[in-house]
Amino acid sequence: MLARETSPLKQTPLHALHLARGAKMVPFAGYDMPVQYAAGVLKEHLHTRANAGLFDVSHMGQLTLKARSGNMAEAALALEKLVPQDILGIAPGRQRYAQFTNADGGLLDDLMVANFGDHLFLVVNAACKDEDEAHLRAHLSETCEIVSLADRALIALQGPKAETALAKFCADIGSMKFMDAGPRRVADIDCFVSRSGYTGEDGFEISVPSDKAEALVTALLDDPDVLPIGLGARDSLRLEAGLCLYGHDIDTTTTPVEGALEWSVQKVRRSGGARAGGFPGADKILTQFAQGAARRRVGLRPEGRAPVREGAVLFADPTSAEPIGKVTSGGFGPSLNAPVAMGYLPTSLSATGTTVFAEVRGQRLPLKVAATPFVPNTYKR
Amino acid sequence: MTTLYTSDHEWLRIEGDVATIGITDYAQSQLGDVVFVELPKVGRSLKKTEAAAVVESVKAASDVYAPITGEVIEVNEALAAEPALVNSDAGGKAWFFKMKIADKGELGGLMDEAAYAAHTA
Repeated sequence: MLARETSPLKQTPLHALHLARGAKMVPFAGYDMPVQYAAGVLKEHLHTRANAGLFDVSHMGQLTLKARSGNMAEAALALEKLVPQDILGIAPGRQRYAQFTNADGGLLDDLMVANFGDHLFLVVNAACKDEDEAHLRAHLSETCEIVSLADRALIALQGPKAETALAKFCADIGSMKFMDAGPRRVADIDCFVSRSGYTGEDGFEISVPSDKAEALVTALLDDPDVLPIGLGARDSLRLEAGLCLYGHDIDTTTTPVEGALEWSVQKVRRSGGARAGGFPGADKILTQFAQGAARRRVGLRPEGRAPVREGAVLFADPTSAEPIGKVTSGGFGPSLNAPVAMGYLPTSLSATGTTVFAEVRGQRLPLKVAATPFVPNTYKR
Repeated sequence: MTTLYTSDHEWLRIEGDVATIGITDYAQSQLGDVVFVELPKVGRSLKKTEAAAVVESVKAASDVYAPITGEVIEVNEALAAEPALVNSDAGGKAWFFKMKIADKGELGGLMDEAAYAAHTA
């Protein structure tokens, strides 16, 4: 308690609601965030997969990018100088997954980019948001106006009952498909809604003005199918869905190819494409597209019951002295009722079904390379 | 039969020269949902404060230390099949292992129920 009272942790607009609902709070990316509520991580996870879970992700950064000329294509092309994605090709009302790259082809952050008609709307990771904003300003200020939307909360409503729960407050929500995004009136509040998330489930992310966030969340939680879910279950849900956690599964030392994120780099930005390259680290990344990379991020399924956690060193066999890789995320998958992990392996050992060994408490535990997502996703495409 | 406690949130039920050892209800509530328990081998000699077992919750792995010196004479195999017993019955069915007490003098350094209640208050 003392630490909480004296710490300089920031609070989201939903902080009081978390405390009132019995959340256990932990420091995360400089914020005092709910790691779980009374139900606990396991029940919160399973509830999200069976019903609907509501997550406070207001610690994440929300930004808009608008060309000073007012020309949307100019903003899209400007952002393409910093990411290897096709931003120009994002249709109005659509969203796309992207990464900021560095000169070595590593990743500064991963983000969502939506086309809101006359400007781009970006959602970035909490721990990187200040650096991301500075990065955008340093490179794009000449042509673009960059606005940090610090006065908005962000909530995620995820799970098979998310649509029904949100439809009570927003009539046309059912017409949205996976990765549709744009302004919507929700409970008579001006929100930005995208049909996306970080759980592998169908669901929505809703950007709401901070002063209206508690009212909206309270209204959504009135539905008995909707429970508040903490960061603990958010992590186990995204891990089962095979989704990367920035700073763990991908970082400044991993390229999109090493990170198995080739699917996120559209052909138009690859060699031979109309707008090939032109982003930081393009030489290295495009060479890796052509020739492959030495290592690769893979899904891993421990064969026993013991979770294999982040940092566990991987070996090719039970006795070899030479490490071949490392686990970057690992834990227990409640929906699989089994441990799951992700990590990096030499590409030659990254084929699905390959057995490798993780050192855990002095023992070598076998794991099999497995396809991700571990739990099939249920996006409404 | 006496029940004693450690500051690391283990309980010991003393019957003659045998101690049955588990983690407290307070400990399980702090750990959250338990998904895996690793127990020591029967016959292993443990020194006081040596890591004896591991309990993994959805959140993290935690060591369970030998609260006294002695030999492991039985382990609770039921925990391998049903780790969630630790959450539902930490002080009962979810005992971890039994030790033959090497030195009864070590028991004097442990807490009784009232002292443990004060420790977790």
